[in-house]
Amino acid sequence: MLTYLLQRLGLALITCICISALTFVIIRLPPGDFVDAYIANLVASGSSVSQEQAAAMRIEYGLDQPIIVQYARWMGRVLQGDFGVSMVWRRPVSEVIGDRLWLTMVVSVAALFLTWAIALPIGIYSAVRQYSIGDYLFTTIGFIGLAIPNFLLALILMYLGFRYLGLSVGGLFSPEYVQAAWSWARVWDLMKHLPLPAAVLALAGTAQLIRIMRANLLDELRRPYVVTARAKGLSERHVVLKYPVRAALNPFASSIAYLFPYLVSGSIVVSLVLGLPTVGPLLLQALVAQDMFLAGAIVLLLGVMTVIGTLISDLLLMWIDPRIRLEGRS
Amino acid sequence: MSATTAESQDRWAEATQLQLTWWRFRRHRLAVVSLVVVVLFYLVAAFADFLAINDPHATDARRSFIPPQAIHLFDEDGFNPHVYGLRGVRNMQTFQLTYTPDPNRKLPVRLFTRGYTYNLLGLFETDIHLLGVVGGQRTDGIFLLGTDQLGRDLLSRIIVATRVSLSIGLAGVTLSLLLGVILGGISGLYGGWVDTFIQRVIEVLRSIPTIPLWMGLAAALPNTWSTTQVYFAITVIISLIGWTDLARVVRGRFLSLREEDFVVAAELAGATQGRVIFRHMLPSFASHIIAAVSLALPAMIVSETALSFLGLGLRPPAISWGILLQDAQNIQVLANAPWLLSAAVPVIVVILAFNFLGDGLRDAADPYG
Amino acid sequence: MAERTSLAVRDLAVHFAMEQGTVRALEGVSFDLHAGRTLGIVGESGCGKSVTARSILRILDRPGKIVGGSILLDPGTAEETDLIAIDPDSSRMRGIRGGRIGLIFQEPMTALSVHYTVGNQIIEAVRQPADLSKAAARDRAIELLREVGIPRPELRVDAYPFQLSGGLRQRVGIAMALAGNPDIVIADEPTTALDVTTQAQVLDLLRRLQQEKNIALMLITHDMGVIAEMCDEVAVMYLGRVVEYAPVLELFTAPRHPYTRALLRAVPSILATPRQRLATIGGAVPHPGARPQGCAFHPRCTDFMPGRCDAAAPPPLTAGCTGASCFLEVPA
Repeated sequence: MLTYLLQRLGLALITCICISALTFVIIRLPPGDFVDAYIANLVASGSSVSQEQAAAMRIEYGLDQPIIVQYARWMGRVLQGDFGVSMVWRRPVSEVIGDRLWLTMVVSVAALFLTWAIALPIGIYSAVRQYSIGDYLFTTIGFIGLAIPNFLLALILMYLGFRYLGLSVGGLFSPEYVQAAWSWARVWDLMKHLPLPAAVLALAGTAQLIRIMRANLLDELRRPYVVTARAKGLSERHVVLKYPVRAALNPFASSIAYLFPYLVSGSIVVSLVLGLPTVGPLLLQALVAQDMFLAGAIVLLLGVMTVIGTLISDLLLMWIDPRIRLEGRS
Repeated sequence: MSATTAESQDRWAEATQLQLTWWRFRRHRLAVVSLVVVVLFYLVAAFADFLAINDPHATDARRSFIPPQAIHLFDEDGFNPHVYGLRGVRNMQTFQLTYTPDPNRKLPVRLFTRGYTYNLLGLFETDIHLLGVVGGQRTDGIFLLGTDQLGRDLLSRIIVATRVSLSIGLAGVTLSLLLGVILGGISGLYGGWVDTFIQRVIEVLRSIPTIPLWMGLAAALPNTWSTTQVYFAITVIISLIGWTDLARVVRGRFLSLREEDFVVAAELAGATQGRVIFRHMLPSFASHIIAAVSLALPAMIVSETALSFLGLGLRPPAISWGILLQDAQNIQVLANAPWLLSAAVPVIVVILAFNFLGDGLRDAADPYG
Repeated sequence: MAERTSLAVRDLAVHFAMEQGTVRALEGVSFDLHAGRTLGIVGESGCGKSVTARSILRILDRPGKIVGGSILLDPGTAEETDLIAIDPDSSRMRGIRGGRIGLIFQEPMTALSVHYTVGNQIIEAVRQPADLSKAAARDRAIELLREVGIPRPELRVDAYPFQLSGGLRQRVGIAMALAGNPDIVIADEPTTALDVTTQAQVLDLLRRLQQEKNIALMLITHDMGVIAEMCDEVAVMYLGRVVEYAPVLELFTAPRHPYTRALLRAVPSILATPRQRLATIGGAVPHPGARPQGCAFHPRCTDFMPGRCDAAAPPPLTAGCTGASCFLEVPA
């Protein structure tokens, strides 16, 4: 078990390093740099910047050094908690990001829980009551979730909400709580607004997981150990829930590992459509303006959070399957 | 059990892998229907301009936001398909120009009429379209799905967008397929540390949330690039992550096939590595690859749509479903012109069709797998 | 000789509704199980042995369905119960499973769930019919493991199945079947998946337990050697019907049905001439959906009588009566 744990930790670490490197490379890809964009902005608004001022700005932002050095300096500071200064907002990046990263995670995790909470019972039901009306109903809903990309779903729901309910669907807080300080009331307000974005995000993943659960459970239900359990005189419900479901949970849990990055990813686009105060809109802005530190910090943090989430799901898998716990492999 | 005649049993025994797969596939009616739908879509893509009615690029501010117009089939004279010409009426209080159908101006709708010129299948220029109005002014037309803010016919734009959206999916999948087959093949065939290394790489890639990466890559594309260059760059970007799924399928197949007796027999008989791979192993899982590809395609199409929707993918004057949906982002605009959402319909239909098709192919290729 | 009859199966008929048509898996199957005696059920794969076992316990999977006959528990007594008449999901039937009738499985590898310890699975079987505290149930589980000959049972009770060898796992399976103190035990090919030495040990164990607890044992197998060693009476099944029934000695010395004779001929003998070709039964077992007309065995029968054997099915056997279901037995 320890080897398994160390292996997953090591992998997570490597992934984080790769993410940081990739992020940095991406940010530096566009020809020109922030100073050019900044100058272009100034020129457009009428003022001008001299060559010396440009050069000085470059030195100030460290843009004159080779990439490796810049990366090393950046990573060094990041590990100390300093993400640099946003060039657009002229404030420390951590301040600009503020709550947004946590809110992104809250929405993604809420979607994850929703997915589990819905997919597991429905998947079990569909397998046990195969070919029933409920099975067909859920399969159909599943297909809808599969077919409509989450941002389209968000768009359609927004339109329907606006058109028929007259309200502005979206956002994570009621107007009075948007800028307020954190309090229990604010948390409760957040909870009230979470279901819609979480549901939109969760639908596609839920559909996928229902299918996986249903298929795996159908397989497991035919196996000899299920018959053994029945022969012991246990009730059908007890038999199903204790044995084949536990076995089918394995592939289910390993699907979660790659569900989380998908959800975090999806939350970016969905939050753009629904106008949520998460990291998505901020990232788009930063990328367009080539605000290196801000964009890099966001992508890095997103990646790291995702890796942590994946690690947690790995641990979950380990807890579920005793074979991994005792032998280090499944 | 119905008695199978000796003859049909012979047919069964002599059928090739491909024939068996096809027979099994035929039994899934949903998959067959989806196949037809997919083929239809690609036909539309090929003959897009022929099927379009109005010039998808022609803007006219006066035709802005016209609601969908129906084709009326009958009038006093009997069967006479026509549309009403549009007359602008200015609301004296809001000064807003609204278009109302003018029953007095009837424009006949006929098949194979002349419209805007285009290049048919890249072969020759023509201006014949499937449907069109006869007579009428230059600004008249059939607006079955209404127009957008710049007065462009939405239906024609959706039809023409089919070409771009579907072909990007195809191109992206081809690239992913290449990467996936090569890397997955190496991984599965050689095993050992090569396999472990590639597996780790795949795991790392899959743990990274894709959209931020794509956004970063797409935003890195210079503004000065032409539409075609952007098109190819987007294709490459999308396939850079998509190959991992295909690689896993290929690797899994190679790993299980390596142990099969017929492969060992071929190796013992002295066949070269290449021959063993291409002549013996590949045919066994070709149908799995096809199934995986058809399941990967909708993901590609959605990726392009999402990126263009965000404004980071293809840019106007290119036309794709994602670009069309960009106009629908603003909720105020959407409230007044809900027909702008109609570009979502082909996206959804295509995704469903490819998914059913892929499922059917996968079941046909390996009913036990 | 007047042992109690624990279970009486009469004219059991089971059908499977498949998309190609109805498959008649069992027809007119009748036999008795007596306390303290072993009935062997022998036949090739697909003849309906396992279906019989599952039907008795009412755990037959869809699309299987019992369509006729009766399964009488405690026949001839005041508590006589027809198991077919009870709802299979009712607590009464569930109490009978495990509490009165236990089942031992063929594949020890797959019959136990890998997600729970051996102890957990046995305790579950112990507590189901009886109301015991957790501690008492655990003690009982350890006791059961000791009874089936597992060394260090107090340690093994917390082991997972994959940590045990095949032989030990099968012993666990036996312990689980006995957990509810049944007086009838059905063993579905308990030694098929084991090597010969382990096989001998498990059979010894079964015999000892049967004698100690006066259990009525129904032993399903395709191995004639096991039959010879373990059983008191034998029922031979072919394609869903009992084709011969006899006490074990009589079956081996004077088999009546051509199928039984062929089966016995097919057993390799250590006394045979070297390099002598092994005897086989010509043809193959037909698909149950494509049952031959008349006597099901006639296409492969060495004593086939045209006009009789392919015209009508031979009369079925009455339970407990020695004989064969064959036209050779019926006066012309």
